[in-house]
Order: sequence, then C-alpha cells, then structure tokens
Amino acid sequence: MKLTMASSPHNHSHKNVSKLMLSVIAACIPGIIAQCYFFGFGVIVQLFIALISASVSEACMLKLRNRPIWPSLSDGSAWLTAVLLAVSIPPLAPWWVVVIGTIFAIAMVKQLYGGLGFNVFNPAMAAYVLLLISFPVQMTSWNAPTELLSQPISVADTLSLIFFAENGAGQSLISAMTSIDGTTMATPLDTVKTAVSQNLTVTEAMSGPQFGEYAGIGWMWVNLAFLAGGLFLLKTKVINWHIPVAMLSALAFCAAIGFIIAPGTHGGSIFHLLSGATMLGAFFIATDPVSASTTNRGRLIYGACIGVLVYVIRNYGGYPDAIAFAVLIMNMAVPLIDHYTQPRTYGHGAAK
Amino acid sequence: MSQFKTLFKDGMWANNPALVQLLGLCPLLAVTSTITNALGLGLATLLVLVGSNVTVSLVRNWVPKDIRIPVFVMIIAAFVTIIQLLMNAYTFGLYQSLGIFIPLIVTNCAIIGRAEAFASKNNALLSAWDGVMMGLGFAIVLVVLGTMRELIGQGTLFDGADLLLGPWAASLRVEIFEFDSQFLVAILPPGAFLGMGLLIAAKNVIDAQIKAKAAPSEQPQKAPRARVTSLT
Repeated sequence: MKLTMASSPHNHSHKNVSKLMLSVIAACIPGIIAQCYFFGFGVIVQLFIALISASVSEACMLKLRNRPIWPSLSDGSAWLTAVLLAVSIPPLAPWWVVVIGTIFAIAMVKQLYGGLGFNVFNPAMAAYVLLLISFPVQMTSWNAPTELLSQPISVADTLSLIFFAENGAGQSLISAMTSIDGTTMATPLDTVKTAVSQNLTVTEAMSGPQFGEYAGIGWMWVNLAFLAGGLFLLKTKVINWHIPVAMLSALAFCAAIGFIIAPGTHGGSIFHLLSGATMLGAFFIATDPVSASTTNRGRLIYGACIGVLVYVIRNYGGYPDAIAFAVLIMNMAVPLIDHYTQPRTYGHGAAK
Repeated sequence: MSQFKTLFKDGMWANNPALVQLLGLCPLLAVTSTITNALGLGLATLLVLVGSNVTVSLVRNWVPKDIRIPVFVMIIAAFVTIIQLLMNAYTFGLYQSLGIFIPLIVTNCAIIGRAEAFASKNNALLSAWDGVMMGLGFAIVLVVLGTMRELIGQGTLFDGADLLLGPWAASLRVEIFEFDSQFLVAILPPGAFLGMGLLIAAKNVIDAQIKAKAAPSEQPQKAPRARVTSLT
C-alpha cells in the first residue's frame, strides 16, 4: 500500500477553471434557446462563427506568445467570451462583425494583457463596445420578434443575410428594415428612448406591437431565460450572489425612483429589469471572475455601481442599452474598490 | 561628428519623442486620423522645434537661469504664431482641419523639453540638428500612425493631400479598399490610443530582438565552475 502525503488544502471543491467556464456556457443555453425561439436561428450561426474565430485567434496568439496552446484553449474561457459576444450582437448581423469582435476580444483585450487572469477589461464587453462604435448600423439592426413577422425568416434567408448581407430576394437587411413589412425594428429600449425624445410618454411608446404587458415581446422571455440560467449558476455556487443582487436591486431601485418622480418619461423597474441585456449582464457578464471585484463588500459596491450606471446611461446617455459601457467603466474602478474593501484578517485590527 | 550621429539615432529611435518619451501625445492622438493632417502637424512641429532650438541656443548665455522657462515659452510661442500665420495664408484648408492643434503646439512638451534639456546647453549648430532629428522622429511617428488609421478607417491614403501640398496633390489620393461600412473606431480617438499602443509594442519587440541578438556575442560563455568550499 502506498501512502502519499498530500499538501493542504485537503478539502477540495472539485472546481477548476475549465469546469467553471463550461458550466457558465451551459447556463447560457436557456437564454440561447429563448433567443432562437423569438429571434430566429441567426444566433446559432453567430455562435458557430464566434466559437471558430475565437478558437483560431486564441491559438494564434498563444503560438505568437510561445505558450502551450491546448491547456489555455481548453480552459474554455475563449469559448465563453465567444458565446457572450454572439448572444449580444444582433442575430442577423453580417459575419465579419462577429469575427472582428472575437478577434479583438481575444487578441487585444485578453492575450495582449497577458491572457486569462490578467485582462483588466471584460473581453466580450470591450469587443461589443468596439463593434458598437465602429458599426452602429449593423449593431443596432435587431430583427423583430418572429411572431410579428408576416412570414418567419427561413434558415436559408438567415444564412444568406449573415454571409452575403442579403436575403434570397436580394434585399439587404437595411432595405428589408425600411420596407413595409420589415424584418428588423428598433429594440424596446430604443423605441422607448426615441419616443421620450419625441415628447411621447413611456405608456404611449409601449402601446406598440412589439411590447407585451411589461416589456418587449421576446425580450422579456430572453431575459427570464437568462435569469433561470443565472439562478442555476448561483445554485451550483459558480458565482456569488453579491454582484447580480446588488446590480439588479440598484437598477430596480433607481428605476422605481425615476418612475415615481416622472412616470411619463421613465420606464418602471420591471421594464428595466426585463429589457435589453439586463439579466445577461447581471449574471453572466458582471460576474466575470477576472475583471470583477474580488472582495465581498467590493462586489456589492461594484454591482450596485453598474446598476446605477446602466440606469443613468439608458435614460440620459446616447445609447439605448448600457450594460457594456457600465461594466467597462466599473472594470476600471475595480483596483480602487478592491483596495478599500479588503476584509479584516482574523487576529489583526479591531473586531467590529 | 559622432555627436551628430548620436543625435540622429536618439531622435529617430532610441529617444524618439513620441514612442519613448511619450511627449506631445495630445496632438499626436488627436490629429492623426489622416496622413495629410499628420504630415501637416508633423511639419509644423518640426519647423517650430528647429526654430526654437536654434534661438534658445543662441540666447542661452544671456537668459537668467531663474526665468529661463518663461523665456523659452515666449520664443516657442513666437515661432508657433509664425507657423500659424503661414499655414493660414498658404494651406487654409489644412489650417481649418487642424484647428486648435496648431496654436497648441506651444504646449507640446517635446519642444520645451528639447529647449530645456538640449538647446540651453549646446551650441546652435548641434541644437539645430537635434531639432531636425527630434522633429523628424515625431513627424514620422505621426505619419505612420496617420497611415494606419486612414488605411483601416477609410481604406484610403493621402485623402485631402491637396489641402497641404496644392491642387496637384489631389491625384495622390489612393483608394486601397472599398468599404461598405467604415471601421469607425480607427478614426475615432480610441483608435489613436490602440494604434499608438501597438506602435510602442512593435518598437519594444524590435528592441528586444536586437538586444537578444547582441547579447550572446558580448558575453562569451564561461566554463562552469564548481564550488568546493562552503559559503561561510
């Protein structure tokens, strides 16, 4: 019998980076299914393009940096970045949008800073912002929920729109948008923002066909699906509760105050919680273990600040949604937050 | 003569004002969206730098040490005003597109830095050469960055060169790619920061390779020596 002396810690959590990343990807599945159901198959195509181009760029960068390729590639962090980016961009965006995005995310934001664990910014969100400011037209052309279309977009049309930027009838996405039975339309957040700037009330804006009772058709269910995935992550202790709870409650709190003060120009809490990328951001993006705060008190501050920023930018900023901007801004503040929220070491300092 | 050679190497590479000293970043990042703008500002800075270096060097023995900085700034401001009026007269289109960044050359730290660090301690000829080299080094980085950003952002080269060089230069414009949609980030300020970072990284990589090549020949491998006595 061989007695091996293992060093501490003896109590393992049986978690490693690869398992964590894969379970986060698995938790995205309900959201992806919901997106497929409401917005067509585009998201699956985008996922494949993103996974391939993220793997290739990760491998190339590791090769250039003289690092072993497979150990870093197989930890799944590049794939998670690819998945997060693919679900954030419009499903019918041209293929090169997601390719440029993943290359930027992996090569510039992640590997040039030193690879996984060293990146200051969330790669997927930095890439999203790059795409949003570079290609505003492509990045804001969301297709309308399938149930509002007179006939659903076929798989062939989806592929041809993504790869050749026109559907079977030779119409580009933009011309399809401007024609009468358009396949794209403004997102709920965008609609409300435009309406408010035209002196309409939120209630009037939400009487349009793409709104349900609480938020946009489709968008509500996509958000609820991501919420379900997020709760699974909480249950399996992949993420801590601090960031999502702080972020969502800060957003809901701000929205409630805005709604009480000026209900005509501010959407309510439920509208904000179930619109745009709120749930995706709260559970999947803001909780990125590398670029988020690492202390528990810090996580509460970090999450709450993201929530407030999201509300402020959504209502008073130039862009309809704000998860990416808010997360990037708070990424910059993380070293400061961490510095001031170090927990007291047991036996040192005064107990409270 | 070796001093001239050192100044050449410093200005162009080893102590390049833009890549190593990181001075004058504000105009560097703000106006390099096209080659024409970059070249225009690079030439303006070059002329100011040479003029101010020579003048500072000539008056260096009459300027009291305590008030040298204000005096240098006034000299630089005088040259900037000359350049500004010249550009207003002869390259009006470029003058308009560079806007506030021409008067802001006064605050370019690369210029006051050379006046203080070099021209106030050396004779006029050396100072002039230093000004030329530092100015050229700065201008080249501006033009390289302008080329990168214009190529990636608009797919063209020398767009609007006629504003700087006269009507004949309109034919210099080359269209390399045709984009359906511009890659706007290259033209926007973030693109300037990204491009600048990549240029500095490229310089560091080249330096590291030169060093790696030079190192083995300088220090021949010594035979390993076993220590037989204890360290105490």
